[in-house]
Amino acid sequence: MQQILLGAVSLGLLWSIMTLGVYISYRVLDVADLTVEGSITLGAAVCARMIVAGNNPYLALGLAFLAGLGAGLVTGLLHTKLRIPALLSGILTMIALYSVNLRVMGMANVSMLRMTTAYTLIGRLLGVDKTVSVIILGGVMALFIVAVLYWFFGTEVGSAIRATGNNPYMVRAQGVNTDTTIIIGLMLANGLVSLAGGLIAQSQNYADVQMGTGAIVIGLASLIIGEVLFGKRNFFSRLLSMLFGAITYRVIIALVLRLGMPADDLKLFTAITVALALSLPRFKDLRDTLRASLGGRRRHA
Amino acid sequence: MLEISGLSKVFNPGTINEKLALDDISLHLKPGDFVTVIGGNGAGKSTLLNCVAGVYRQERGSITLDGQRIDRLSEHRRARYLGRVFQDPLMGTAADMEIQENLALALRRGKVRSLRWGVTGKEKQGFHQQLASLGLGLEERMSVKVRLLSGGQRQALTLLMAILNAPKLLLLDEHTAALDPKTARKVLELSEQFISGLGLTCMMVTHNMRDAIAYGNRLIMMSQGRIILDVNGGDKKKLTVEELIQMFSTKSGEEVMSDRMLLG
Repeated sequence: MQQILLGAVSLGLLWSIMTLGVYISYRVLDVADLTVEGSITLGAAVCARMIVAGNNPYLALGLAFLAGLGAGLVTGLLHTKLRIPALLSGILTMIALYSVNLRVMGMANVSMLRMTTAYTLIGRLLGVDKTVSVIILGGVMALFIVAVLYWFFGTEVGSAIRATGNNPYMVRAQGVNTDTTIIIGLMLANGLVSLAGGLIAQSQNYADVQMGTGAIVIGLASLIIGEVLFGKRNFFSRLLSMLFGAITYRVIIALVLRLGMPADDLKLFTAITVALALSLPRFKDLRDTLRASLGGRRRHA
Repeated sequence: MLEISGLSKVFNPGTINEKLALDDISLHLKPGDFVTVIGGNGAGKSTLLNCVAGVYRQERGSITLDGQRIDRLSEHRRARYLGRVFQDPLMGTAADMEIQENLALALRRGKVRSLRWGVTGKEKQGFHQQLASLGLGLEERMSVKVRLLSGGQRQALTLLMAILNAPKLLLLDEHTAALDPKTARKVLELSEQFISGLGLTCMMVTHNMRDAIAYGNRLIMMSQGRIILDVNGGDKKKLTVEELIQMFSTKSGEEVMSDRMLLG
């Protein structure tokens, strides 16, 4: 059981970096960006290709991040310069990335078994096992990224990006090119998602062209769990809550699998969870209306 | 100062809904002019302001500000010269950001945004003083999210943001129309204070004829995309609402102005 929980925490930390990316597009920019389904695989594909060729696994992660920036740039340009709706822009890039990812990997599935990954290096250096080294690297990177994002969104450029998600009219009236802020935001979001893809692929020792399917839903589930359970007092705690949300999601999944839910039903389970969580405000409205009408009847009686 | 010549704007050209919103408008503003713009619904008042601001591109004509052609600049590039307040109090501010963050965004209008900190401590002190000048107590709530402010407070904040780095031209687009009468009065008085205090050049669209007469040194009346009346200085001061109505019906050939103009 403890091994299962540790495994869930380690996986959650890696996925939390992806969740931070989703947070930037979905919450900060207010764009549902489906590019992530392709860019998470892109990061995995880049890392697999690099590592199989015998390159440094950290260099591979850096390259995965850069590739993700590129994917975000494409979606951003489609959306802002060609005026294609954001949702469709993301879908177009996602579909295009499927072919790109196959080309990067050369096949649908690349194994990194018994090769030097970012984790084997840490394991060798500190003399810890795989799960612990995943937790160390994932934790350090996630916290580092939270710190960098907190700083970035406090800068002049970062403030302009936050305002764009809030009110693009106002931002243009204050002299900011909203095309640029949207593009920067989408690049950063997909860079992080792609980096997470690289970290995940290295931890499971393979990259698969299908691994991005449903990633956006997992990201949203983690995001909502984080917001609901771990508060949203200020920007820093919001970012941190993404980490806790992603870990909690993985722990929940590990538990329901342990309780006997078939793994094939996982995506259905996740989709239902997200649908329920997203409709939570609506249920609250309904409850309030019910309460008000019931209360009203009692008064009249 | 502002030189508009031969400006025309057509919406939905070539379709059954084609509408000539601005019809060969020419207008010259001197530095320090405070022009009130009145006219019925669909007269082209807001379209004129939006063409100057770059929200719309004109079909014909040119707009020159301080000797520089601005009509080919994109909206965000023109913004450095302009301060704008909109009719909808929600339009001018970012709701999920703090009062001081909104002001800091406005303070950087027309400047290059870099990776320097978004709001500095020194700026906050300045904001404290400037907010105090609004007389709404907002200076004690600088880190409150704008979402929590009332419509009037948000509009006053938008006004402060618009004049923060003394724009060459202030565009007020019915900025008090969505407020209750008392708040509208307060925001109008603040506008007047800032405009005369800083010597700003301003175009103010309004539905309210009394306000159009009471404020500013020049009044223009629009109908069907054209300027049908242009009254200056002393003549403007002597205007009455009755005279305006009279002039409107003779000049435009329309019987009455909209109810909003008469009652507002």
